[in-house]
Amino acid sequence: MTRYLGLYFTRIGFSAATALIGVFFALPLVWFIFAPFNPRAELGLSVPEPFSLTNFEAVFQNGFAMRGLWNSLVQSVGGVILVGAGATLASYALSRSPIPGKSVITYILLLFSSVVSGSAAMVPIFLIINGVGLIDTQIAVILVFAGGLLPTAMFILRDFIDSIPKSYEESAMVAGASPVQAFFDVALPVIRPGIVVVVVWAFVSIWGSFLIPFILLRSSEKMPASVAIYSFYSEAGTPIVTLLAAYSLLYSLPVVILYLFVSWKFGFRFFGGIKA
Amino acid sequence: MKSFSLLSRGTGIVFLAPAGLLIGAFVIAPFFWVIYVSFTNRSLLGRTALAPDFVGLANYFSLFDAATFFTRGEFGSSLILTIQFVLLSAVVGQAALGMLLAWMLQSVPKSLKHVTETVAIGAWILPEVVIAFAWFAFLDYENGTLNMIMEALGFPPGDWLLSFPFWAIVVFNTWRGTAFSMMLFNSAFSSIPPSYFQAADVAGASSWQKFRDIGLPLVRGHVVTDLILITMWSFNVFTPFLLTSGGPSYRTEILPIYTYRIAFRDFDFGKGAAVGVVVMLINLVFALFYLWVMRRRAKGVAA
Repeated sequence: MTRYLGLYFTRIGFSAATALIGVFFALPLVWFIFAPFNPRAELGLSVPEPFSLTNFEAVFQNGFAMRGLWNSLVQSVGGVILVGAGATLASYALSRSPIPGKSVITYILLLFSSVVSGSAAMVPIFLIINGVGLIDTQIAVILVFAGGLLPTAMFILRDFIDSIPKSYEESAMVAGASPVQAFFDVALPVIRPGIVVVVVWAFVSIWGSFLIPFILLRSSEKMPASVAIYSFYSEAGTPIVTLLAAYSLLYSLPVVILYLFVSWKFGFRFFGGIKA
Repeated sequence: MKSFSLLSRGTGIVFLAPAGLLIGAFVIAPFFWVIYVSFTNRSLLGRTALAPDFVGLANYFSLFDAATFFTRGEFGSSLILTIQFVLLSAVVGQAALGMLLAWMLQSVPKSLKHVTETVAIGAWILPEVVIAFAWFAFLDYENGTLNMIMEALGFPPGDWLLSFPFWAIVVFNTWRGTAFSMMLFNSAFSSIPPSYFQAADVAGASSWQKFRDIGLPLVRGHVVTDLILITMWSFNVFTPFLLTSGGPSYRTEILPIYTYRIAFRDFDFGKGAAVGVVVMLINLVFALFYLWVMRRRAKGVAA
């Protein structure tokens, strides 16, 4: 009897402790739930009365703010296309062609990409982009992200392609398809879920990142939202809280939606695997 | 017998080319370029921007200069700060809190588990600038939520970012990253056959005994994976810059922020590159260790 009482108390104690830790995680975000809807929002926590969308109207009318979101979209989509296409082709080649040393290649690339982090490589990345005359261009941001994310993307996709039986494409080729046809018409549809995972992961990584565009871009009309958001400070350096709050919420929406999409479709394990 | 492959070597190389070019230009070239630049006095403007001189190990000597090594705002002080930051926020903070949470989540009601996971994951997936701004508001001296709570509980309010900047970024990074460790350990614990725990229950084991004798030994491999990954991430994280800009007076200037200041505020690219090389060397040690662990596991040597 006491044994079950013990289990019961453990459960209550654990629930209380978990709730407390949950509160610790929730608290810094509570302000963020109310402030976007409060036209008089300050840094303090207060429930807006009434809830209003005027902050969002202000953001939508602010051309600079909207351009920031648009630039984020351009850079993320551009990067995602390069990462998705590049990684699919490359990992398919690594899985299916007789290139010597191909199992070592993936590991070496992965090693490089984890050693050459943004903080270690900001100087050479800036100098290389500067050297080829691409400083202050969106394409520079896209290319740098694509290069940095590709090794991990290839690693994920290669694992995925290796698990697909070769007999799929082999039977297509017996029926007369060329290797390239077998890739596009047979393999690609089967690999698609893996590509979706890589694409979502790359999109979220680029969308949320700050350092690379911060270093590579100069002119304000090319800044993505992550950098543009820092213009919402008055000349005295105090934040324009109403604008910032509403903008932050808009800027976070794609990440939240994609997260919900992935966890609905695959369970969130995939999201947990890798971060840039 | 010649083995049959689906792609010819030529097509394979064509397929590899786009990714290879991008990785070559923006991962592998920077790796060697940063080593080269660290031996020069390259700057942004002036004569040395175009024709930098070869200065040998001068940049490294200036980093490891014993006279200023421990001075605040210099390399050594930043390195020590970073090590403290990583140990406290990643190893103690994220890993231990993640482990504790994951263990407790095994035996709390489903709804509580779901809510706790959701907020922790929210902290982890939201963009870093948004998180930094939320924390800026949370820690504000005049109106911030934290001081509101402190006052409600009868404690004096604190100007956290000025008085305890280092602890602020430690707690911040713990808060930001715990979700990863939590999810990893959570799935590790759930993969243990329930019968192990039921048998322990019948024998009257306490939760701590079950954790020590069943849970922890069976997820040992995951602990190693987790520690290496979160250590590397925290070691390279730039996000605290968005909360404190490295200040006040360099007290939160971890290595990524130090590198940024040397290279892009002082425009001393040579010295900034030398810091980058040291950071890469430390990354390399972690990454090699990680690959070694993974390969050993793939061969089925370790659990």
